[in-house]
Parts: sequence; structure tokens; C-alpha cells
Amino acid sequence: MINAILVFNNHGKPRLVRFYQHLAEEVQQQIIRETFHLVLKRDDHICNFLECGSLFGGSDYKLIYRHYATLYFVFCVDSSESELGILDLIQVFVETLDKCFENVCELDLIFHMDKVHHILQEVVIGGMVLETNMNEIVAQVEAQSKLEKAEGLAVTGPSRRQGGLSAAPSRAVSAVKNINLPEIPRNINIGDINIKVPNLSQFM
Amino acid sequence: MALKMVKGSIDRMFDKNLQDLVRGIRNHKEDEAKYISQCIDEIKQELKQDNIAVKANAVCKLTYLQMLGYDISWAAFNIIEVMSASKFTFKRIGYLAASQCFHEGTDVIMLTTNQIRKDLSSPNQYDTGVALTGLSCFVTPDLARDLANDIMTLMSHTKPYIRKKAVLIMYKVFLKYPESLRPAFPRLKEKLEDPDPGVQSAAVNVICELARRNPKNYLSLAPLFFKLMTSSTNNWVLIKIIKLFGALTPLEPRLGKKLIEPLTNLIHSTSAMSLLYECVNTVIAVLISLSSGMPNHSASIQLCVQKLRILIEDSDQNLKYLGLLAMSKILKTHPKSVQSHKDLILQCLDDKDESIRLRALDLLYGMVSKKNLMEIVKKLMIHVDKAEGTTYRDELLTKIIDICSQSNYQYITNFEWYISILVELTRLEGTRHGHLIAAQMLDVAIRVKAIRKFAVSQMAMLLDNAHLIASNTQRNGICEVLYAAAWICGEFSEHLEEANQTLEAMLRPKVTTLPGHIQAVYVQNMVKLYASILQQKEQSGEKEAAQEITQLMIERLPQFVQSADLEVQERASCILQLIKYIQKLQIKEVPVAEEVIALFAGELNPVAPKAQKKVPVPEGLDLDAWINEPPSDSESEDEKPKTIFHDEEQRHSRHRQPEIDEEELARRREARKQEQANNPFYIKSSPSPQKRYQDTPGVEHIPVVQIDLSVPLKVPGMPMSDQYVKLEEERRHKQKLEKDKKKKKQKKEKRGKHHRHNSLHTESEEDIAPAHHVDIITEEMPENALPSDEDDKDPNDPYKALDIDLDKPLADSEKLPVQRHRNVENLKSPDSEAPLVEKKSKKPKKKEKKHKEKEREKGKKKEKKVVEEEDEKKGEDLDFWLSTAPPPASTTQPQSEPEVGAAVVAEPQEVKKEEREERDEEEEDEGKKSSKHKKKKHKKEKEEKSKDKKKSKKKSHHSEEETTESVQNGTLDDEPLPPMSSYRLLAENPYIKMTYDIQGNLQNDSQVTVSVIFENKSTSFLKSMELNVLDSLNTKMLRPEGSSVHDGIPVPFQLPPGISNEAQFVFTLQSIVMAQKLKGTLSFIVKNDEGSTHEKLDFKLHFSCASYLITTPCYSDAFAKLLESGDLHMSSIKVDGISISFQHLLAKICFHHHFSVVERVDSCASMYSRSIQGHHVCLLVKKGENSVSIDGKCNDSTLLSNLLDEMKETLSKC
Repeated sequence: MINAILVFNNHGKPRLVRFYQHLAEEVQQQIIRETFHLVLKRDDHICNFLECGSLFGGSDYKLIYRHYATLYFVFCVDSSESELGILDLIQVFVETLDKCFENVCELDLIFHMDKVHHILQEVVIGGMVLETNMNEIVAQVEAQSKLEKAEGLAVTGPSRRQGGLSAAPSRAVSAVKNINLPEIPRNINIGDINIKVPNLSQFM
Repeated sequence: MALKMVKGSIDRMFDKNLQDLVRGIRNHKEDEAKYISQCIDEIKQELKQDNIAVKANAVCKLTYLQMLGYDISWAAFNIIEVMSASKFTFKRIGYLAASQCFHEGTDVIMLTTNQIRKDLSSPNQYDTGVALTGLSCFVTPDLARDLANDIMTLMSHTKPYIRKKAVLIMYKVFLKYPESLRPAFPRLKEKLEDPDPGVQSAAVNVICELARRNPKNYLSLAPLFFKLMTSSTNNWVLIKIIKLFGALTPLEPRLGKKLIEPLTNLIHSTSAMSLLYECVNTVIAVLISLSSGMPNHSASIQLCVQKLRILIEDSDQNLKYLGLLAMSKILKTHPKSVQSHKDLILQCLDDKDESIRLRALDLLYGMVSKKNLMEIVKKLMIHVDKAEGTTYRDELLTKIIDICSQSNYQYITNFEWYISILVELTRLEGTRHGHLIAAQMLDVAIRVKAIRKFAVSQMAMLLDNAHLIASNTQRNGICEVLYAAAWICGEFSEHLEEANQTLEAMLRPKVTTLPGHIQAVYVQNMVKLYASILQQKEQSGEKEAAQEITQLMIERLPQFVQSADLEVQERASCILQLIKYIQKLQIKEVPVAEEVIALFAGELNPVAPKAQKKVPVPEGLDLDAWINEPPSDSESEDEKPKTIFHDEEQRHSRHRQPEIDEEELARRREARKQEQANNPFYIKSSPSPQKRYQDTPGVEHIPVVQIDLSVPLKVPGMPMSDQYVKLEEERRHKQKLEKDKKKKKQKKEKRGKHHRHNSLHTESEEDIAPAHHVDIITEEMPENALPSDEDDKDPNDPYKALDIDLDKPLADSEKLPVQRHRNVENLKSPDSEAPLVEKKSKKPKKKEKKHKEKEREKGKKKEKKVVEEEDEKKGEDLDFWLSTAPPPASTTQPQSEPEVGAAVVAEPQEVKKEEREERDEEEEDEGKKSSKHKKKKHKKEKEEKSKDKKKSKKKSHHSEEETTESVQNGTLDDEPLPPMSSYRLLAENPYIKMTYDIQGNLQNDSQVTVSVIFENKSTSFLKSMELNVLDSLNTKMLRPEGSSVHDGIPVPFQLPPGISNEAQFVFTLQSIVMAQKLKGTLSFIVKNDEGSTHEKLDFKLHFSCASYLITTPCYSDAFAKLLESGDLHMSSIKVDGISISFQHLLAKICFHHHFSVVERVDSCASMYSRSIQGHHVCLLVKKGENSVSIDGKCNDSTLLSNLLDEMKETLSKC
């Protein structure tokens, strides 16, 4: 069983947090912090397995992680999972993200946390591996976003590369926003959205 | 309305969406918390609006905030609102938020039941999928109970996407609602053979999770998994199954034997490292579970170790790590195989990766021997010097101590070396483990008498250099060693050469900066030292010197009297007074030394931790009885202090109390003993321990051997411990030379006689005699000690509830609650009117419907009976599968089914169909026999070919159908088959009986394996068994490389009286068309009280043609094609006078001649088998009144005629 899936960046900022057992928010944050400190002090050329003691409760748990450019993908698993298998799974997950976001970078994860969750839900549910075939995962994710588009109601706004039906109203919305409305000046921020992390090639 | 909509969307426009929130947070880095609380206020406003889109947007933002650590449980109700939105977009947002923050404590979760049920049955598969995903995260016992049936139905959904999700979520349901496991299990099992690989993988996943916790309940699935393992190509599934087998093998060693071969094949063939690694792991688990050493096992270990070496040598750190991890598992049972890779593991100590270094350290622990201990520790010491970072250095330090002290210093041959290692370790700065080193110093000094003199000199040096060790007391871990040093110098002061100097060292003002407990020991031990100096001076008549030393004490002790530490202060002032008194006496010239020394008379002796337990309790002494009346519970005391008036009640409570307290007492006693065990200073009450040992039987006292130490104490220019390594080598060399001399003498004496025997005296590590004996009493467990396995189980373990016997038939009360209109009572106790779960899953057929009402009751009963029978069979099936099944077919033969007995049906649909049909039949049986019967029969025959044995058995209850039933391998019968054994007698004499069986080897077309069971019939011990055969041109025994054809193969075990064991020998052959006979001899040594004698037993090994056949199932169409092809030779025989039934006959042919039944109609059957070299053999067996005729077809006519001859012989015995 997978106990938790954590994604955080080089500074320990969480980008995706998925616990498969209930823990209070403070405990979750504590675990993220400690996990970050554990993996941070390991350089990239040493092994990707890490015994985490009783950090997650059971002594059985092990951390398996991969480091891509600015992000750490950490899976906490028990002894029923194959270590190398999970490493592959992380790769599959990241490659899937890459396909779904077209050249994924940290910013995609920051602004589309919900979408990342939806993708993850096609890979792992309830701590158990659902699908390892990337094409199948991508197909299901796309089928669902199609369904979402058909409903034309995307609340979170479509990903910036999406065109089509749902994109238009949303663009209109952001156009309205970009007019200096006195009530909400703090919302206006254009700079961020197109910044890309330079080190893309490393991010598979 | 329209206006409202417009208003809503305009509202929405001005709301922040998730991206805006994220951007906002990024722009408010300085006052993030403030900004977020502002946002939360906005979100609260948004949640109050009616527009679902606004709500969903708000919930989406909340999910993000949850990730940042904000509690969003207050919005639980709003989340449910969004979950119940009709649009998928919103629903998904709602379920995501719910999955992140709902849990068992969320009270509104019970409101979701109906919504989730609605979503589960939604026509849109993604609605269902989203609901399942969400449910997997927040399922509660109530939800699990209410929705179990819905989810179970989804397991048979048309879309594999839903099926696989449903299967996975069932595991969560089982965890929360264990009662659902039994009713759902049959379907889960069914999913193991789902056509969709994803669903199959999910089912494997769930069963593996279940089986990992309670493996014994899933043993009966082993054949099914075995089949999956040999047929699946999905590495994920394979890994899971192989891991599962790893958990099952400890329970069933026979399973392990069966697994070795396919696993070894996988190890050889796979290119996926993950799979390879898991295979190796499971092979290791198998080897651990198998105690007997079969010959090919050492090969398996070698293979594993080799593969692991490849992993460890890989540049990929992950593989290296895993390789070491697996290696440590082998180490536990087969240390020798790992020890040969010492070089590699030592190399890993240099690795830059700390995890790998730590793993390597773990391995080293198990690898040490007397021979290599010094070398390994030397390497470790180098690493200690080089190590950066205290954590790793501390780890090294503890490992060094662990390695050296393991099993009572078993591997230490030179304790001087060890002491110097310990002293060297004290030079480590900033270690936390000073107390460990101290404990070791004390332990060694106390227990190894011969080393005391040396230890004392070293400790005196330490005390002298105390300023170095205690230089920075803030990192004072290491100054603990001073505690040990002071104690050793004091206690064994008679060995001290310059006691004065040591005493002065202990009286230095600097000592007062040490921690209190160390000072206390200092104070106490300086008196011991003082006493011995005093005695020494008095004896030599140096009165002035004696007075001087007293004066020194009186001058210096006050610094301790002023100590802030109570212990130090108390001891110091006591002692100061004492010494002042001594001084007075000294002035009067009264000799005092004798009296002072008497204060510390008596020697400390090591006590076994459990020695106290060995003391028999004197008769009539009840340790558990109260000495005084126990005070009653303080609480009740407080409430009613005048208990005298409630006499009756009090008596009652008194009765109960001792019981509770007994446990408590036992616990405390245990704790106390533990404490004593860990306390090296624990002294028994008896003043003369030697005497006690004699008094108490059972406590052995190992005599201490004094050995002259001819070791110079210092070699300049070399670290202390190194010199011992050199000296030790020299010593060993000397020892070896002496031994060789002795050996030569022996040889001269014994020449000619038992020359083989002598070779057993090879140089083993055990021959290295230690330089010192460890004076220790072995730890013994009292006879009444309780095994502690029960204690470590957590009563709250959620998996414990899933320890359910899955083979038992389902009871009516166990079915899952079924959806119905909310009616609380009914939900909790489903009444018997609700249809059986299994029934629900089936689409009832038309004809069944007709008399459904009438038949239901009867049918149910019948069903139950059948299930019960099936249940009984199940156990037997597994046994059968494990014991007699031929070696599994390799994956290259898609047609073959590896297990004959409990062969599993290839296509799941077929199973379902059959099951349905069976039930139909049963119901028909009870009612009237339908005219459609014939039609069905026909259809059945077709399906029959892949039929499971137990299913066939079930059917055999319908007598009228019996004649048309096809049989598989003749194991189907309505009457029990006589026990058959494929083992034939090889040879026998008064000592030993050998029986053997020959099995073809699928992997190699020119090899057969001969399994020989050796049974010791005598009352003597049989050993050094060696089996040899005279090879023929065609048939040769496979001998290890490098041995000549005249060498025998040793049998890898010895036989105590009355024991039997099995060994396997491999033979290679060229032609298999003829039967072969080989002559051979078993030589062995019989050892009994009178002595040992050499014995021999000749035998003839008969390789029948049947032993070259491998039971291979064949489908009837393939069989027909084969016959049509026309390249087969034909031959036939007829045997008269057959009285046994056809079933028995077929069973015999199947069993003894390795055939399988293809089809059987009335008293006619077609059978098939295949030779190891690929000859097809087809038989048509017909039974007449008293005779049987067999027509055979085969690629090779000679083989066929030989086979038929053999068959004739078998049948004529019937």
C-alpha cells in the first residue's frame, strides 16, 4: 500500500499532498517538513530509498522519491510494494503529467493542483496502484476533461494551452479582470503565468 | 430566473478562481497568513451563495488551502453540496475536497450515503469513477456497510475502468466492514481471471494486501496464483504475486519447493530488475522456509547470491541498496554463501551514500568469524577515522561494539586487542555512545579474568589522560568511559602497578567538572585504591608513605565534599571522616590496612541474567501469597473508610485482587530481573558464589583458564590495536603448525584405516583457540517461560478483523445489506427474504424462473451442501496440487496447464457459465428432469475440457449424468480411489530403505530427476551417505563439475534413527525410446554406541519409458488435429481379466504413466501425454466386459511399443 504521495519543491513548499490515511492538517505539514529535510540532505547520486523511521506511524514504511529539476516526488510505501516498481510508477506519473500539461513545469503544478490530483487519481486510488499504463491513464484523463469541456463550466479555468469552447468565456473573464477594477487590485498580476522553469529538459 | 443566472455568472467573474488565489498568495509572501485569512472570509461568503458554480469554485480553493495546512473541515457540508451537483465538473471538485478532508470523525459524512449510491449507479462511468475514487479515501464503517453491495455489483460492471476501481475499493470496504469479506470474496476471486489485465492486476493487488496480513486463509488460492505467475506477462502483477508467495511459503514449505523452479526460470529470463529482485527475495524466503538441504538448493542460493552481487556491483545506487538489503536476508540462514562476498561488502563501506554504508554495516555484523573479526574491525576503525558527520560515526561505533560483543564475544580470540579497540574508540570526539564503550569495558574486565591486568593498565592510562577525554564536557558522551575506568582501577587495584599515580590522577581538581555520577564512582573507587595502597605500604613497612597517602586523601577529598551532587557529597564526606579516623590510628601506629581492605573484600562475579530464576523455590514458600493483608483499592478506601461494616463485599474484592496483582507482580518481577540483567554490578546475596554454583544444579560454571601473556605492551609507531592483529596472526600460525604436526602423527597412526574420515578434519574457523576464555554463564530460559508471540499483536490492528476463514460456506446471515428504502432496522439486520448475494449477481435464466419460487428453498439447501463439500475438497485439492502434481509447464506452452489436480479454468466466462449451469441442474434435479437436458449435456461436454476437478466432483452427485462425464486424469470418481504412490522400491536392507520416483524435466529435453527417499530403519545414525551409479552410454548421472565418472554424489543429509528424507539426482540421457536400467551402490556409515561401520547397498535404477513422459493436458480439438496429421505410428494392445472400474483404470494410467484424459465418453477415453523430447503420445482406451484395449499413436514406434508393454504390465496386475 502507498501511504502518502507528496510533491514539494526544492524549498519544501508543498505542491501536491495526498495522504491515504487521515491525519490532522498540522500533522500533515509536520510530516511534509520532516520528509523535506530528510530528502534535502541527500544529493542526487545516492539511492532513492530512505527509511523514515516512525515518521508515518508504522515502522514498515519506506520513502521512495525522485528528484526532478525543482520538484521532489516522494512516495511513502509499506513493504508490500516493490521499491523499484514504485520508482517506475513515479516516472510514469511524471511522464503522464508531462503529457497532460505538455512540458510540465513546477508552475503547472502550482496553478493546477486540482488537475494534478485528477491525474493522480487515475494512477493511484486509496493507496493502491490503479493503472500503470501511461496511455490508458492519459486517455482517461483526457476523456474526463472532454466531459468537463462539454459541460463548459470549468471553474478553475482551463489550462493555458487549451483552446476550444471553454477557453473563450474564461478569457473574457480574465480580460474583465485585467481592467483596473478598484475593488480587486491585488488580483492583477500578469507576470507570473508565462514564467517557465529554465531547466526543462531534466523534467522528463 | 434568467436574471439570477446572469447575476450568478457575473458574480463569478469577480470571484477569485484557484489560479487567482495561488497568484495572490505568491504576491503576498510577507503577509501570507493575513492574505489567506482574508481569502477564507471571501470563500465563506461565496459558500453562502446559491450558485453551485460559485460554491464549487470556493471548494476548489479550499482544497488548495488544505494542502497548505489549513483546516477546512468547517466547510464539510458545503463540500457535500458540491459533491451532489449534477455536473461532472463540480462533482469532481466536491469529491476531491472530500477525499482530502473527510474522515471517520466527520459527522456530516453520513449524509453522503445516498448521494454516493446515486453516483455509483450513474450511467456516466466517470461519475461512478469519481465517486469510487472519493470513497476510497473517506470510507467509514457505516458507508462501507451501506455501500458494500453496490460496490460489489460494480465489480461486474461492463466497463473495465469501473471494474478495476471497484475491485480496489473493496479492499477499503473490507477493512472498514470485515463482514463483507466472505460474501464478496468469490467474486473477487473471479476477478483474478478477468479478461482485462487492469482488473486482474487490481484483484491481485487486493488479494495480496489481504493475504499479507492473514496469509493462512489464502493458501488455497496458491494454485490459482501459481497459474497466474506462469502465464502472466505483466510485471506489476508478477511482482505482487511473487511477493505474495513470499508471504505464503513460511506456512507451507511444499509450496516453496514447487516455486523454486519457476522462480529460478524467471530469474534467468527476466530483464526487469524489479522483477528479478522480487524473485530473488521470494527464493530467499522459500529457502528460509525449507529446512532440509536438497541438492539443488545450494544452487539456488548460489544463483541468488550471484544475482545480488550483480545488483551490488551495479552503478545504480538503488540496485546496490536493494542488493545489500536482500543479501542481509540470506545472511541469516546461509552466512557462508554471503561471506565469500566480503570484499564487495567492505567496498560498499566506502560508498558515498550513507544508506548503502549502513546496509553494508548491517551485513558485516553477520559476516564476522573468528578468522576475520580483527580484519573487519580494523577496516571499520579506519572508517571511523575518516567518517564525516557524527551520526554515521556513531553508527560505526555501535556496530563495532555489536560485532565484537555478539553472542558472548564468540568471535573474539584476543581480548587485549578488544580492550585496545575500546580505548581507541574513546578518542572519538563528540560521540553519544560513551556509555556503550564504558559498558563494554566493564563487562570485559569483569568477565574475562585473564584480561584484568591489562585492562587495569589501560584504564589507568585513561584516567591519567582524563583531561583529554573530558576536555569539553558539553559534548561529554565520551567521558562516560571514565566511569568504567575509575571503577575498574578501583575494583581490580591489586593489578595496578603505579597505584599512587592513578590515585593522584583521580584526585585532580579537574575531576570535579565531571558529571555527578562519574564523580561518585571516582570517590568510591579512590578509597578502594587507597585501601590497597595502604596495605601495600604497611606490608613493606613504609609507614611514612602510608601516612603521606592518607594525608593526600584528606587534603583532596574536601573538593568532593563541596560537590553540588548529593551522591558525591555524601560519599565524600563519609569517606573523609573514615580517612580522618584512619589517620588518627596511623598516628598511633596501629596497623589499619587489613581492616580498611576488608571494607571491599570479596570478589564480584558475573551472574547470568536469568540465574535467579534457576534457584528453586523452597517448599512451602508461596511467593505470590501476601505477606501482609493488601490494602484495598485506594479509591474505594476513600469513599468508604469503614469497610468493616461491609464485610461481605470486602471479602469479595479481596478474592479478586490477588489475581490481578499476580500478573502485575509477575510483570514487576520480570522488569526487575531485566534490570538486574543489565546491571553488571548486581551481586547475589551469597558471599561465596563459587560454592553456590555447586549447590545449584543447572548453573554451569565455566572454569577460567589463565593463559600466560607473552605480549609486549607497546610497539612504537603503530596504533595499539594493530599490533594485536599482527601478534594474533603469528599466534594462529603457530597454532596451526602445532596442529599440523599433530595431524601428521594421527595420520601415521591411522594410515589405511578410515582415510576418508581423516579428511573431515580440515582447517575450520572453529579450530582457532581463543587467547582468553570468557567467564560467563550461558543465558537460560526457565522452563515455564511464556512464548511472547501473543503479546506483540496489537489488539487494535485493523487487519486482525480480516482474519476470516474464506473457505467456509456462506451463511445466510452473512450476505451484504442490500439497498432498499431507508428502513433502519432492516438495514442493520437483513432478513432472510433478501436474495443471496451470489444469486443477485446472476441473471436468472428463463427456465429457472419458472419454478424459481418453488425451488428456492430446496435449491438453497442443496447449494449449501455442495459448498460444504467443495470446502472439504479444497483442502485436499491444495494438498494434491502440492504433492503429486508434475513439474509445472513452462510459459512457452500456452496450452498446458500446470496443475492437474486443482487446475483452474482458463476462461473466466466459462466458469461462470458452468456455475450457473450447475445450479440449474441442481435445481432441476430436485424438481422434474427437463427435456432440455440432452441439449445441455452436449454443450457441457465442450466446456468440460477445462473443467476444474472439484467442480467435476460436485457434478458427480447426479448419477444419471455420470456416464457422460469426462474425467480429468482419472481423479474424478464417485468412489474413493485407492491410495497410489509413484515411489517404487529401489533397494532395502536392515539399515535403510530407498524408494524412488523419476520425473521428466520440462526445461531440459535430455534430463530426468530421480527423487530418492532414504528411510533409516535401524536404531543407528546413518551418515556420509554417498550414491553412485555405473553410467551407461545413454544414461549418465549428472555430477558436479570436475568429478570423475567413478565419483559418487554425497547425499546432503544425515539420517537419525527412524527418519526419512528425500534427495534428488539428475540424470542425462540421449535416447528415451527405450527403458533403461542402471546399477548403482549406496555407501554409508552406520554409527551407534558400539562404533561406526561402513555399509553398502546395491540397487538397480529402472528408468521406464513412462518416466520420460510429462503429464500434459490437451484440448480435444488439438488432439483431433494431432491424430489427423497422420505422422504418428500406431500400435495397440489388449489386456484381459480386468476387474477394476474404468475410473480406476484411467486413474492408474494417468498416475503411473503420466497421461492426462482428453475426453471420456461412456467406457471409452482418449488420453494424451508428451515426452521430454517432444514425442506426442495419444491413446484410445476402451473397456469391454472384462478386458481393456488400448490403441496408441506416437511419433516414435519403439517408444510407443515400449510404453504399451509397460502399460500392459501395470494393467495385468489389476
